[in-house]
Amino acid sequence: MEANTVAASTGAQGAVATGALAGATEHLVSTGGVQLCVAELGDRERPTVVLVHGFPDSKEVWSEVAKRLADRFHVVLYDLRGCGRSSAPKRLRGGYTLEKLTDDFLAVADAVSPDAPVHLVGHDWGSVQGWEFATVGRTEGRIASFTTMSGPCLDHLGIWLHKRAVRPTPRRVGQLLGQGVKSWYVYAFHTPVLPEALWRGPLANAWPALLSRVERTPARGEPGGDYPTSSLPTDGARGVWMYRDNVRARLRRPRTDAYAHVPVQLIHPTGDIFVSEQVFDELDHWAPQLTRRSLVAKHWAPRTRPDQISTWIAEFVTNVEDGTPGRKPRAESQYAARFGGQLVLVTGAASGIGRATAYAFAEAGARVVAVDRDAEGSARTAEMSRLIGAPEAWSEQVDVSDGLAMEKLANKVAETHGVVDVLVNNAGVGVSGAFMDTSPEHWQQVLDVNLWGVIHGCRTFGKQMADRGQGGHIVNTASAAAFQPTRMLPAYATSKAAVLMLSECLRAELAGQGIGVSTICPGIVNTNITTTTRFVGVDRAEEQRRRTRSTRLYGKRNYPPEKVADAILRAVARNKAVVPVTPKACGAHLLSRFAPKALRALARLEPKG
Amino acid sequence: MTTSVDDRLSTRLAGGAPELRGFREVQRLAYACAEAVAAQLRPGVSEREAARMQREWLRERGVRDWFHLPFAWFSDRTAFTDFRLPFQFFPTNRKLEPGMPFILDMAPVLNGYTADIGYSGCLGPSPLHEKLLAGLEENRELIVREVRERRPPREIYENVERLMARQGYTNRHRAYPFGVIAHKVDRVKQRRWAPTVFGFGTQSLKGLASDALHGHREGWSPLWSPHRFSGHPPQPGLWAVEPHLGFRGVGAKFEEILVVTDSKDPEQSAFWLDDDLPHVRRWAEEKGACAHATAGRTASSARRPA
Repeated sequence: MEANTVAASTGAQGAVATGALAGATEHLVSTGGVQLCVAELGDRERPTVVLVHGFPDSKEVWSEVAKRLADRFHVVLYDLRGCGRSSAPKRLRGGYTLEKLTDDFLAVADAVSPDAPVHLVGHDWGSVQGWEFATVGRTEGRIASFTTMSGPCLDHLGIWLHKRAVRPTPRRVGQLLGQGVKSWYVYAFHTPVLPEALWRGPLANAWPALLSRVERTPARGEPGGDYPTSSLPTDGARGVWMYRDNVRARLRRPRTDAYAHVPVQLIHPTGDIFVSEQVFDELDHWAPQLTRRSLVAKHWAPRTRPDQISTWIAEFVTNVEDGTPGRKPRAESQYAARFGGQLVLVTGAASGIGRATAYAFAEAGARVVAVDRDAEGSARTAEMSRLIGAPEAWSEQVDVSDGLAMEKLANKVAETHGVVDVLVNNAGVGVSGAFMDTSPEHWQQVLDVNLWGVIHGCRTFGKQMADRGQGGHIVNTASAAAFQPTRMLPAYATSKAAVLMLSECLRAELAGQGIGVSTICPGIVNTNITTTTRFVGVDRAEEQRRRTRSTRLYGKRNYPPEKVADAILRAVARNKAVVPVTPKACGAHLLSRFAPKALRALARLEPKG
Repeated sequence: MTTSVDDRLSTRLAGGAPELRGFREVQRLAYACAEAVAAQLRPGVSEREAARMQREWLRERGVRDWFHLPFAWFSDRTAFTDFRLPFQFFPTNRKLEPGMPFILDMAPVLNGYTADIGYSGCLGPSPLHEKLLAGLEENRELIVREVRERRPPREIYENVERLMARQGYTNRHRAYPFGVIAHKVDRVKQRRWAPTVFGFGTQSLKGLASDALHGHREGWSPLWSPHRFSGHPPQPGLWAVEPHLGFRGVGAKFEEILVVTDSKDPEQSAFWLDDDLPHVRRWAEEKGACAHATAGRTASSARRPA
């Protein structure tokens, strides 16, 4: 039923596809002696997005992304010659040159969008040929934009390698060797006959399980597990000719005028085992209108991260269509490529570290949800976040210690804004005073916020992240007190030590699902936690006096919360486990490992009243 | 209006009263200079050039001595990012670019009257910068209110800092020497030769040193700082107050003279020397525009048939 609706809406003549692309209209386009199988989804009146697959794939590699784009765009996918349901050229040798692949693309583009240029998206070899399409003269006016993933331009690569080979420095040699090792399979594919035999035999049998284990693509039976398709043996066996026909020729004599004539968006999966990031270092030179994105994913990101990829494609295509240049962040944040457009939720965002963290993410172009008990403060954070680069920012008034309220918030956020990509459990309160003076109520209060707040956050938002299965990151703010005992902060330090251990356990649990968990352990940072800290075992006047005193002390130390926020972004970008911030916290962390006795001796010191 | 200010001053500042009119005139001149120079700023102008433009503009109008020579800060230097040494305050070759915030800060002495002003602007429209400027208004009100309550400068300093934190900004006057939010200004003797040392006029420095000495004996300080020596009740005199807030590489400040007297009447115990200044006018205009817009809305909704 639904399949028919989609087919009818495309307005194209053809058969309705089944399998991974169920609902798409399929038809054949003849060009240069081959027949290409083209699938279309979505309304033909909308801007056309052409998704080109790589090796050893068929157009179904894009199925998840295509489904997510179909409601806004006219999405077109086609099987490269010899792959999937397209026919192969009679003579394979010489039949896969980039010139011929360009002919194929132009034929498809003319068939699906004769009047308007198309938005091109390529993955792996689809991207390699996409670079050819985006840089040669005869496609000018037929392409509106190009999104590239995991496939460099062979000409750029040839020049990149040449530069490093003729003027070697230690760093350049390292880069050369690094990419050289990652390209091992390219050399292997130049062996005659053997690769074909392997693809038609044991490799094709082992491939789906291998892909699922190494690349963590959804396995058979899971949602999105309808890939690879049954055409895999021929996709692999014929696809090797793309390497044989082009790699040697282009790397030996690269074109020196391979400049992109369209805006380019580079999405680089950071865990790609075939392409290193350095290959794209000089890309700004070749593509003047370049938008960089980086994604925590492996090579087959269109299978493992369809949500993020389709969001970025949609945003980029819309920007190009509207003629608005990509949203430039106010300050050039070094994390803009990593966090741009991601959804970040920060608790305790009305002040201090939480607020600074929300701002740092906003500067990197992330969408921010600022959560705090203090409605006015969190609203202010959201407002300022919008001013400094967040495309969208919202504030929510929630007490993190209230499990039900957190659950409600999680549902609301998921419904209105989507699944959170980065969760920062930062809200915390302080209680200072001897253990014997700390009443059960004080314990309750500090554990409710500092520990239960984190538990609720991880349970609700963490679960959504895990269920989505497209990765994410959780940051929990602990404290240097988590590993540095002190007689002055028994309740606070206990709660923070619990957060540290909770995060470590959760990290182990979620590692397999591509979700990182980091613990941030700041020392003395100039925030307003001192003005709300309860000092137990003393009267009101003395409590106030101690508050003022500690506030002045923290002010004198003046370690800015912005530096903690930087550490948080760095921890997420590099997936660090435990990050002590401030020199004192780093020192205490070292001591706790190598000289715990010294730390225990320090713990006995009583500060001057 | 003008006479009333001078009348008030003579009643309030008993003995050795500096004539407020003179101070107000030089403050207005300095703000006129800031506005004139700000209007001439173009992309590519360096901090040094902007400072020279202020210096020459004021020289042409009779200024011969300085409390301090004009400063100009552009871009993230408006928020004193990574300032460690006092020398970093001096103008550099940083060039102005479109969208950049800037601050002009000058302290001319004219006929023995000192002004010390700060003017924040931005080359081109910037909603963020406007937000910061709007944030300063609350600080201006807080300062005069708390001085009238006779709170110690140190406490007011902390309250300003707290307000800035609540607004989401950081206190950047902390970066000034001694972390001062204000300092005392006074009349200086006019000399034919008025040298400067590290940008500061020797006559003014002498006055400040003498105040410091007197203050040390009497338990007050000519510097309004977060330190213990500012724990005294507000000291009568003229104070150049300069709250400076920063937000991720953008800074904004104003600086103008607050008159503090020992009058029993709170209204008269502290007041801004002049309320007709660019930043105050801008706030009033914004409020007027807001009120106008609201009035317009209500009027149009009233006109709508029920």
